[in-house]
Amino acid sequence: MNIFKLSIRNMMNRPLSTMMSLILLTLGVGMIALLLNVNKHIQEQMENNIRGIDMVVGAKGSPLQLILSAVYHIDVPTGNIAMQEVEELKRNRYVASTVPLSYGDTFQGYRIVGTDYSYTNLYNAELQEGRLWEHTFEVTIGATVAQNLGLVTGDKFVSSHGFAEGGGLHESNSFKVVGVLSYTNSVLDQLILTATESIWEVHTHEEDNVTEVMSGSEGGDHLEEEHEDPDHSEDREITAMLVKFRSPVGLIQIPRSINEDTNMQAAVPAFEVNRLFGLLGVGVDTINAIALVIMIVSGLSIFISLYSTLKDRQYEMALMRTHGATRLQLVWLIVQEGMLLTLSGFLLGIVFSRIGLWLVSNLMKSNFHYEFNGFSWVAEERWLLVIAACIGFFASLIPSISVYRINISKILSEA
Amino acid sequence: MLRTRSLTFSYDENTSFDFPDLQLESGEKMLLFGESGVGKTTFLHLIAGLLRPNTGSVELKGTMISELPSSQLDRYRGENIGLVFQSPHFVQAINVLENLSLVQYLAKKPQDKKRSIAVLQSLGVADKKFKKPNQLSQGEQQRVSIAMAVINSPQLILADEPTASLDDKNCKRVVDLLKEQAEASNSQLIIITHDQRLRGKFQHTVTL
Repeated sequence: MNIFKLSIRNMMNRPLSTMMSLILLTLGVGMIALLLNVNKHIQEQMENNIRGIDMVVGAKGSPLQLILSAVYHIDVPTGNIAMQEVEELKRNRYVASTVPLSYGDTFQGYRIVGTDYSYTNLYNAELQEGRLWEHTFEVTIGATVAQNLGLVTGDKFVSSHGFAEGGGLHESNSFKVVGVLSYTNSVLDQLILTATESIWEVHTHEEDNVTEVMSGSEGGDHLEEEHEDPDHSEDREITAMLVKFRSPVGLIQIPRSINEDTNMQAAVPAFEVNRLFGLLGVGVDTINAIALVIMIVSGLSIFISLYSTLKDRQYEMALMRTHGATRLQLVWLIVQEGMLLTLSGFLLGIVFSRIGLWLVSNLMKSNFHYEFNGFSWVAEERWLLVIAACIGFFASLIPSISVYRINISKILSEA
Repeated sequence: MLRTRSLTFSYDENTSFDFPDLQLESGEKMLLFGESGVGKTTFLHLIAGLLRPNTGSVELKGTMISELPSSQLDRYRGENIGLVFQSPHFVQAINVLENLSLVQYLAKKPQDKKRSIAVLQSLGVADKKFKKPNQLSQGEQQRVSIAMAVINSPQLILADEPTASLDDKNCKRVVDLLKEQAEASNSQLIIITHDQRLRGKFQHTVTL
């Protein structure tokens, strides 16, 4: 028997209040830790994906939507832009490099993006197997796509139109997997990449088919499926283009001139992402504040539990003193009980936050094809530990002061 | 050897006590007899170092208890003085055997389970060793509290009204057990009481 064991036994001797304090602390710590982690993962993902992209050009509409669809592939595109205008922009002397993107089709919920090799270079993608696409209807797939759909080099599939699973199938053309990329921890992992021409060709053929069907039977509902006009190369369109500038001057001048003088829209990802986090931040702050209040309430419950039992325990405190316990040993006993409670609450909270993170990750995976990589330790969680320890300390402060000042003689003669 | 010299103590201006000088050799037993309100418990607490006297001194085997600094006093008391109270106190969260281990730990003695069980056996409560204190009857509690007082073989055993709430049969047993235990560890024993049943059972009796 020693002071440490005794403090554990004392806690177990009042299971209800111990559990109450633990549940409150676990809840508070768990919520904050979960938010910290989710926030960190989303921020990392978002920042990782906009690396090397100074500006996104697409059809007019919401700039946030353009960024979400063109950079993160989690929103629908704003529309299409004419190749002609794009070519003009490419010739601008501030533009260092561009990545064309054509999207709108999916396979089993994963987006098929028509682009060129500049896209894989942007994220330093390396091949896990096979090669990059060379001809139309050849695709190279991201690592997550390969893993989740079980696709390997040589497999063939038919794309469907639109982003909802079970949309109309482009049955006349099948894509062939020629390679799989390694994990890049970027949006590439979730994409099926092919040549821009493949996308054009899918829709050209489709157009022809639709025309044939229409002349045969009057299936008017098919008409809405396509609204591109891809026949002549000068009329060709892409969905969006990622742009990197030669100098910061470009960032100041070009987006404005595009928005004012062309039919296109320019959006700056860094700015839009900041705006998005600014919007989310209010919610995050609110939940953090609630969680902090819960933690403080748990501290209060620890305090009440320690203080209210003190009246009953003053005899055993006096007893321990008569048997040789020093004042400091008894203070240590009380402080340990408070600290043990808060620290185990902290650990439980961290465990629960990781379980929560895993659940959120699975949810993100099935809803957005987004995954968190690894369960790491967030730096702020150290502060959470400090806060928990402080709560334990302050909750046991007043009880331990009254234990320090205990008048053994008085308590023993009152009994 | 225990010696007290001209001890006085006052709680406030109206209640002050003047205690007789005591002298007790090793192995001797003494009954301090007094009615309520004469300061019996105060006297006992002064001897045990739970209170500091206004004047006078308490000396146990060459150590001036009344002059020890309070940090050393707790330790000294734990090692050398065993106290038995009128109503027994325990650490409620742990069982009888663990209470005895705790008392050994607090006095910085080795935690000797065999010794604990032997003491419980000599007091007839060895079968209660895994019980929580509040599961014991009053008589059993009093015997376990004697076990806690004698477990570290103290120089001096002080008992404050140990028989007040016991019936005649238990009263005699407790007094006999206290004497036995004091003899077993060659301790000095002082019992303070107002219990008339104990009169004449001790070689030294002092009336306050």
